[in-house]
Amino acid sequence: MKLKVKDVEFSYGSVHVLKDVSIELAASEMLGVVGPNGAGKSTLLRCIDRILSPQKGCILLDEQDIKKMSRMELAKKMGYIPQSSSQIFPATVFDTVLMGRRPHLSWKSSEEGTEKVLEMLQMLNIEDLAMRDINELSGGQQQKVFIARALTQEPDVLLLDEPTSNLDIRHQLEVMDIIKNIVREKELSAIMAIHDLNLASRYADRILMMNSGKIFSTGDPISVLTPDNIKWVYGVVAEVNNNNGRPYIVPIRPVKQNGKGTCENKWNMQ
Amino acid sequence: MKMTSSTEMKTGAKKRAEIKEQYKRFIGRKILFILFSLILIFIIAGVAATLGSYPITFTEVYSIIWHGLFQNSETTEEIVVWNLRLPRILMGILAGIGLAIAGTMMQGILRNPLASPFTLGIASGAGFGAALAILLGAGIIAGETGKYLIIGNAFVFSLIPTFVILGLTRYKRATPETMILAGIAMLYIFSAATTLLMYFSESEAVKAAYFWMVGSLGKASWDAIFSVSIVLAGCVPLLMWKSWDVNVMGAGDETAKSLGVNVERSRILILVIASLMSAGIICFTGTIGFIGLVAPHMCRMVIGGDNRFLIPASGFFGAALLLGADTIARTIIAPVILPVGILTAFMGGPLFLYLIMRKRREYW
Repeated sequence: MKLKVKDVEFSYGSVHVLKDVSIELAASEMLGVVGPNGAGKSTLLRCIDRILSPQKGCILLDEQDIKKMSRMELAKKMGYIPQSSSQIFPATVFDTVLMGRRPHLSWKSSEEGTEKVLEMLQMLNIEDLAMRDINELSGGQQQKVFIARALTQEPDVLLLDEPTSNLDIRHQLEVMDIIKNIVREKELSAIMAIHDLNLASRYADRILMMNSGKIFSTGDPISVLTPDNIKWVYGVVAEVNNNNGRPYIVPIRPVKQNGKGTCENKWNMQ
Repeated sequence: MKMTSSTEMKTGAKKRAEIKEQYKRFIGRKILFILFSLILIFIIAGVAATLGSYPITFTEVYSIIWHGLFQNSETTEEIVVWNLRLPRILMGILAGIGLAIAGTMMQGILRNPLASPFTLGIASGAGFGAALAILLGAGIIAGETGKYLIIGNAFVFSLIPTFVILGLTRYKRATPETMILAGIAMLYIFSAATTLLMYFSESEAVKAAYFWMVGSLGKASWDAIFSVSIVLAGCVPLLMWKSWDVNVMGAGDETAKSLGVNVERSRILILVIASLMSAGIICFTGTIGFIGLVAPHMCRMVIGGDNRFLIPASGFFGAALLLGADTIARTIIAPVILPVGILTAFMGGPLFLYLIMRKRREYW
């Protein structure tokens, strides 16, 4: 499945959050979206899954405009993995993962749905949590449940909103490895918004660096995660080392005076 | 190598079977709870029918009901049961089912443990409508016309808060927060309007209006039961059909949208159905608080949050709760019959506090 984002613009009221964003994504590609707080990473993901509707531009899935698809059709092709749980009432892990079948069957849980859920629980190695309440789990466990739910949807494109933000380093690696393997094995495309530049550098095939709602730079990790770009976009002086062909970023200190980059960030934060 | 992978496969299969077994047991427990609530209704209904000035035993009650299905009532016992006690009991069951299910769905779609027909302003709208009719003279019109005027007015006004909420969502996104805050605003507006109305009215009329508002099953009649049954028969299946969507919406709006649910539209549709159902009940009974709030919570504690099971469970459990409260209200200071609205709040309040104290989660 090929994903194309064309000239997308989005604003909340008078605040422009996305401006002229265009992306192309091939099958089996993992795109890491980085950028400071308020750069528009999450908004971009939400526009791509039509959780938000962009005011301008379009998103094409295999040349088909998602605006012309029903929500159900879109849900069969795209899975979204939120940052954290907003479940208030009790729900077991099993039932949560079963929700992923919603686009495929309308009312009842069929035998096929149950099998699919079991398969995903096994794949993510969270079978032992099946009957637990989702709110009793740790952030890392919840993240795995959400991944399982999105995979139960059997999508072609996965959208991940900061999948590692609440996790300890072990869970960060586990979750990223899982995603990477799934993208390889099932030939999915994945777009993930991510704060940790080193995780992005290590796991993404391509990096998209955003600043103030615009694409600042895009390309392979080495060409995007440069000291200059980091200084300009984040306002941080950083050292970039080579770690087995992937850049490894060591942040040193914030830029002292309000450099042009930081100043812009400040005013464009939503 | 081959050995280990085959044993791995075996443990995998075993684990799967185990989870399946656990899942089935969990569903079994939910069904058991639904059956338990149903049996509870039968027992309380039987007991309720034996209470009163004319002595009739538990077994007699059910045999009278059974025979009455096939022939007209003739003996005094039959007339007492069929014309005096049964309407009240059936109304209690229907009102309990409807209010509890409406509460369940309102809490579900708004993802708010405080949502209920009361907090969304439906009850206070009905109260204002009834008070308006009574205070402007409908209460004085003798007999049926006056009664229907009050019921009709209560019904119409109870739907106003819902339509105001819907109107607001055309200008602001239909988030749970805006909807529940708008409902609470309507609650206050209608309470104030009712108070104003009462302030300028004759004391007899004020008393009548006030009595109407304290919910009671005393106004039950076969006509009312017929109307409420039709409302429930129309609304409950629709809500059951939407139950899985409500489950998905429980995971948050964004997730629900990504799973193919048209969140805004479903939320509005379900709110309208649940409001219609509550309005159809409250206009006959007056404000019966706490059933719509407490019954869903109590059932969630036992069977979890899956709305496919929660709807029937809280419906039947709510019916048992309301019927039980009414039975106590009838007997606690007999021969005076207390309106059940007083008792549900008196029982529900402390019960709810107790449940909150046993806090397992953030809200209970």
